[in-house]
This record gives sequence, structure tokens and C-alpha cells, in this order.
Amino acid sequence: MSRLSVSLKEKFLNGALSITLMSVLFGFLLGGIIMLLAGFNPLEAYWVIIKGIFSRPKYVSYVIIYSTPLIITGLSVAFALRTGLFNIGAEGQYIMGALAAAAAGYYLKLPMVLHVLAAVGLAVLVAAFWGGLAGWFKARFGVNEVISTIMLNWTALYISNWAITIESFGRQGTGKTYAIQPSAHIDIVGQWKRTPEGIAFLREHPMLWDILKSPVNLGFIFALLLAALVWYILNKTTLGYELRAVGHNPQAAEAGGISVQRSMVVSMLIAGGLAGAAGAFQVLGVSHRIATLAIMEGYGFDGIAVSLIGNNSGPGCVFAGLLFGALKYGGSKIQDVMGAPTEVINIMIGIIIFFVAMPKLIRMILAYRKRREQS
Amino acid sequence: MKKIRVALSAVLTLFFITGLLVVGQAATMKIAMVTDVGGVNDQSFNQSAWEGLKRAEKDFGIKVAYKESKQDADYAPNMETLTDAGYDLIWGIGFLMGDAIKETAEINPDQKYAIIDFSYGDETPQNVACAVFQEEEPSFLVGYIAGKMTKSNKVGFVGGIKFPLIEKFEYGFMAGVKLANPDAEVLRQYAESFTDAAKGKAITNNMYQQGADIVFHASGGVGDGVIEAAKEKGKWAIGVDKDQNFLAPDNVLTSAMKRVDNAIYDIGKRLIAGEFAGGETVVYNLKNDGVGIAPTSDKHVPAKILIEVDDLVAKIKAGEIVVPATKEAFDKF
Repeated sequence: MSRLSVSLKEKFLNGALSITLMSVLFGFLLGGIIMLLAGFNPLEAYWVIIKGIFSRPKYVSYVIIYSTPLIITGLSVAFALRTGLFNIGAEGQYIMGALAAAAAGYYLKLPMVLHVLAAVGLAVLVAAFWGGLAGWFKARFGVNEVISTIMLNWTALYISNWAITIESFGRQGTGKTYAIQPSAHIDIVGQWKRTPEGIAFLREHPMLWDILKSPVNLGFIFALLLAALVWYILNKTTLGYELRAVGHNPQAAEAGGISVQRSMVVSMLIAGGLAGAAGAFQVLGVSHRIATLAIMEGYGFDGIAVSLIGNNSGPGCVFAGLLFGALKYGGSKIQDVMGAPTEVINIMIGIIIFFVAMPKLIRMILAYRKRREQS
Repeated sequence: MKKIRVALSAVLTLFFITGLLVVGQAATMKIAMVTDVGGVNDQSFNQSAWEGLKRAEKDFGIKVAYKESKQDADYAPNMETLTDAGYDLIWGIGFLMGDAIKETAEINPDQKYAIIDFSYGDETPQNVACAVFQEEEPSFLVGYIAGKMTKSNKVGFVGGIKFPLIEKFEYGFMAGVKLANPDAEVLRQYAESFTDAAKGKAITNNMYQQGADIVFHASGGVGDGVIEAAKEKGKWAIGVDKDQNFLAPDNVLTSAMKRVDNAIYDIGKRLIAGEFAGGETVVYNLKNDGVGIAPTSDKHVPAKILIEVDDLVAKIKAGEIVVPATKEAFDKF
């Protein structure tokens, strides 16, 4: 082999993208072997999944809808990680954002666009506070953010469940809140498609009708904008430079005149606000209400995985979120078609993360040790 | 590197080839169900529903399938997926799916749906059948047994989350206790969960400590803890939904059975006969074997009491006793 191809090979093997792609491939291969061991034909399963994702426009639309909150919680985790903080609290921040958006969407009386802005704004504020709290605990008292955010997750869950029991907010006997007002919806023709005229018109346009059977909404566009915003803040602004400097080496950043404590709080404020926006878009565009949570739904926890697979970058989170959404939506289809357990899909996702995380884990440990030695 | 590329393209080609194949539609009738977040092995009503479908599969030679929901947002897409798969009837198991079924049914007017534990009343779409239960009736019967068998004159009730549905169990049970033993006291507590078994155990232990000797639960997975506590303390527990005696054969006195399986089977049978109950709400009670007490009750309950229970069943069927299902009705009972 020539020297050029050797260096290309090295480049390929060492690049972050290739590690990710290889991990995904390994995930599919090992997932297939596990399915084989469980007595199912993996090729048939993958075919069912692929068909379940691409064979109809509606399915693609559902994948995008499933991906939207995951992309944004992924951005939240990624943002905090760049400042060296591990935001396990995206779940709780998501819950607080969803709660605030549901309350604002139901109680406030505002014209259309303004209502959406108010609901999203309130959700971002409340969730930013929830995230910032953990950042402030860390900056002021040195409380590890992993511990405080896990605690805040449960606090958020119980606050949300309690709020649903309030008589004017929760619809008695359904375990859900009243639906938000139409002026706060971000659905695309959500009202019209349920009217008799809407159904009559759409019956003549089967392609359009198929797409509109899913709760098509503007959330994904907002997610893309947020991804761009995160990339811009981190890479093109002074604030982003400071936050990243703290993430790389807090001592050096401090010596360079950057306030580490302030950076921690700001980073968690922004991370919390992002996760809150994810909850808000889900409520305004898909569910239109919140429900009593028997368990954590996992939007925030999945965000950790999305961030890892997406290499903690804005654009990376978009692709990782789409992959995750596709696996979650398409993967569940092997259950009714083949009678195969959906756990196989979770195992596959786990394997992908395992392989993605391994080289990074090693890199992280090395960076941590280096930092320890320096201090 | 080259090998990987070859393998990758081979896999991709396979996907495309298989993707081009077309599957034929099966001619037999197909019924599917969407579980709530409890999953299909919840020892409770999702599992009971699936048993009903399996029985229908065996008896009528139909094809059945289920799809589990992991989160609230899965209900609607799961309904859509099954709608596309061409099932003749799609079940939603549990009242939490009320909104999802109605919304899906409105945009798919040609597809038949059915829901357990929820009624839209007059607003029921023509393509939706509702199945509800009179849970207060079996609760009344097990309450009567508890009232007759308590030695401490104290019994307990553990509820899941305080929904009107669970209150039907609560007040039916209290009415039964009151009829059998007016002096007996009923300790009541809600666990604010349907999954937290540890909490169920703590509440039940607390009730036993306060002197109760029989505890009835209507709390899904929380009940595992209730029965566990009975087993450890050597006291009685009363199961719910299914015959839960198998969980602790020496400590589960009886169970208030809610035959979700019978409802699923029955509505499936009507569909096959061409008499789908679209737009209707079918009520399942003692009269049509939709509810009852567990067949294993004769293991621990004296025959004399069971004869009295049979007498009560006859009276309820004849309408001589109307079992209260709400606080207001109980206060007048």
C-alpha cells in the first residue's frame, strides 16, 4: 500500500465520525446476532424496521416527530458537557418545561403567534432556572451536578404530578391536564384536518392525508434552528469560547481571567433552557397536554445518548437524534409484525452507545487524569 | 477496510431487495391491542386483555397481536401503525388511551377501534366500541367476605391513584364490609402510583400494625407489595383484576376479578358475527360474567360465607341490591 492510503486509513480510523459509524454498524451486527439467538430472523426484522421507517411518508414524518425532543435534549446535554458538566438533569428540565408550556397554553389568553412565544418563553425560563439551580449549587457549594440533577429530576416529576391534581388544571379522572388552547398550537393545519371539509379534501389527496395523519408540527424546524444556535454560541461567540475553555481546563481558564463559577451557572442555565424548549415543543405540537407520569419517560436520558453519539456538537445531535428517533419508532414495529420483543432494539441502541462511548471514555479518563495531575 | 465496505454494500443490497418484495394480505380476521405503559406482563389488566385475545385466537382461528407503549406519546403512533397493518379491530387497553383513540378514530373513520375502561357517552364515534366494568360489584362481594372474616374488626384498602375508576373499588368494598359487619372499621390509603411495590408494602405493613388483618388492594403493580406484606406478616390480602391467589397461595383470601379477558373475547365474538358494538358502551357486570370473585376463594373462605355471597350475587343480579360506586352513593347506602 502506498503511504497516502495508509495515512487515509489512519485518518479514517481515528476520526470521530468513523468511530460513530463503526459503532452503529457493530450495534446492528450484534443486535442481529442477539435476535438470531432469541429465535428471530434478523434480516426480516431489519426489513420490517426499514419498511416501518421509509415505506410511507407518514412514517418518515413520525420519525421526525419522535426525533425532535431527542435532538433538543441532546443539545442540552452536549452544551453542558462542553463546559465540563454532566447534565443528567435534562429529564427534569424537560418535565418542568412541558409543565410550564401546558400551563401557559391553557391559562393564558393571547393571539396566535404571541401565545406560542409566551408558552415557549415561560417553559425555557422555568427549565433554565431548574438547570441553573444545579449549576449554582455546584459553583457556590461544590455539590456534584450529577447528584443534584438526579435529585431535581425526581422533584420535577412529583411537582408535575402534583400540578395535575389541581382542580382547575387537571381534568378529573383522566390523569391528564386540559388540552391547551388552539392559539398555542404549533401543529400544521391540526384543527382543519379533523373537520368534515378537511377530511373530504384530504381523501382526494392521499399523499397529503397520509402525512397529516401524524401530528405534523413546527418543532423539528425549531430543533434545527436551536442546533445552529448552539453551534454558533459555542464556536463563534466570546461566551462560547469561555465556556469551552472552562470545559477544557478550569484552572487555565481561571488564570486567563474567566470566571469558572459564573461559566458553570451560565452553562447549566442554557442547558436547562434547551431541555425545557424540548418539553414545550412536545406539548405545543404533539401531546397538547401533560399526563401523570408513572415513570420517567426518558426524553432527557435519551438525550445523553444522543449527545454522545452526536459527538457533543450541534449538527451531530441532529443526526444522532434522527437515528435514535428512527430506531425508537421503526424498531417498535418488530413487535406486532414478528412478535419479537422491542427490548432487542434497546439492546442494539445500548451496544451502539457502548462502542461510541468506549474510545471517548478512555479519552475522557485521560483528560481527567491530566487535569488532576496539573492541579 | 475493503472487507467492511463489501460487507456494508452486501447488507444494503439485501435490504433493498427485500424492500422490493410485496407481502400479500391474509384473509383471516385480525385483532390487535395496544397496551398502556404497564406492558403486556403486568400481572393485571393488560395481561388479562392479552389472555382474552389469545383465547379468541384459539377458539375462532383469528390472528392476534399486541404492541406495547413505553410512554404517553406512543399511544397515537401505535394506533396508527396497527391501523396501517390492516387489523379488523384495534383495542386500546386502559382509560389513559381515551384521547388517543378518539383522535385516531376521527381521522380513520373506516377503521374499527375499541377501548377498555372508558366511555365517551353520547360522543362515542360510530367506529369505536367502549367496554366498562362495574368494579364495585366484585369489590362489594370481597368486602362482604372481609367483613365476615375479620377477627380484629379492622380491614384495609390500598388504592393506586385516586381516579374515579379506583373509587368504584373503594366504595364497593366499604359497602360490602358495612353490610357484613357494621362495627368494622376500614383503613384507606392511596399509594399515588400504579407501579411502586415498595410503597404498597410499606402502607400495608402500617395497616397491619394498626390492627387490620385483611387488606384489599386496587392498585396494579403496587399490589405486589401488598401481597408480599401479607405473606411476610402471615395476614390476609385480597387480590384484584385477576385471580391473584397464585402470588401467595396461603395469604390471598380471594380476588375481586375484573374479566377484561371476557370483555375482549365477547366483543371479538360479536365482531366475527357481524354485530360490532360501534358507537356503544357495553357494561360488564355480574349479570354477564364480566366481573366476579376468584374461583380459588373456596380454599380459605368457609362454605357458609360463600353461600351467603351467592345469595348476594343473586340479589345484585335481580337489582334488589344496588352497589354504591361513589362516595355520595355510599353515604346513602
